[in-house]
Amino acid sequence: MTFEPGDRVKVLLSEKPGHVRIPGYLKGKAGWIESLIGEFPNPEELAYGHSGLPVRPLYKVGFRQADLWDDYEGPAEDYLYADVYEHWLEPGEGGPT
Amino acid sequence: MSGHQHEEAGKTTSPYAARIRAIEALLFEKGVLTEPEVQDSISYMETRSPSNGAKLVARAWMDEGFEELLLSDAKAAALQLGIDPEHPAEFIVVKNTTGVHNLIVCTLCSCYPRAILGRPPDWYKSFEYRSRAVREPRAVMREFGFEPPEGVEVLVHDSTADVRYMVLPMRPPGTEDMGEDELAHLVTRDSLVGVNVPS
Repeated sequence: MTFEPGDRVKVLLSEKPGHVRIPGYLKGKAGWIESLIGEFPNPEELAYGHSGLPVRPLYKVGFRQADLWDDYEGPAEDYLYADVYEHWLEPGEGGPT
Repeated sequence: MSGHQHEEAGKTTSPYAARIRAIEALLFEKGVLTEPEVQDSISYMETRSPSNGAKLVARAWMDEGFEELLLSDAKAAALQLGIDPEHPAEFIVVKNTTGVHNLIVCTLCSCYPRAILGRPPDWYKSFEYRSRAVREPRAVMREFGFEPPEGVEVLVHDSTADVRYMVLPMRPPGTEDMGEDELAHLVTRDSLVGVNVPS
């Protein structure tokens, strides 16, 4: 497992086409690993009839809403959790949260 | 009765319905699917409903041990109440507290705990909800008639692939004397998604 809960991460800015399982608004955004949800066959491969193996770690990744939207209405404590596959993450800056 | 005609099943005229019928016919013809399989699948969906979610919530309100199980292994909790949670996806229940209010959305498609709650409401699948729930969750909740009290954090869950989420709302005040069935009636589908709370 590459990441541990508390690790800072950044979502890749990749323009990989196809059945990608990353919402566009998270690309390039910084967050942290909240927890490991489990390991699953890669849905981006399953969608095309492949086995999706080996299984990939899926993390619950936390983001501050204020980091996602410039004009976010709401307190700085509002958060968003998204389920993100490991291959969409790279280590972020700033050490563990 | 005149002036009120029911559409006969299989005779809907929308282009989408026609496309579905054409695809279904091809799948039958190629032996990918059989008609009984389609019927089984429809029956399966029809036995699922938000009342399953309401039962889970009401039991959790009554029984702390059950709440713990629901939050740590929601499928096991569902089985305990005789609700068959069988679905390839994970099922996770997130708890509202006096400090945190949870809201569920799937921006990429419309992931929803169908195995428990049945078909999602149409608004849940709309582009409007899916784009606005992550960007302005508080405005969306206001439109559903709910405003989180001062000091409560809003936590949005965007499920993108292999997890289906449901909210465990807080038990409303003044319900201390209610039994489990009565409590379950307070739990609406909207409160299980988090756009509102039981009252």
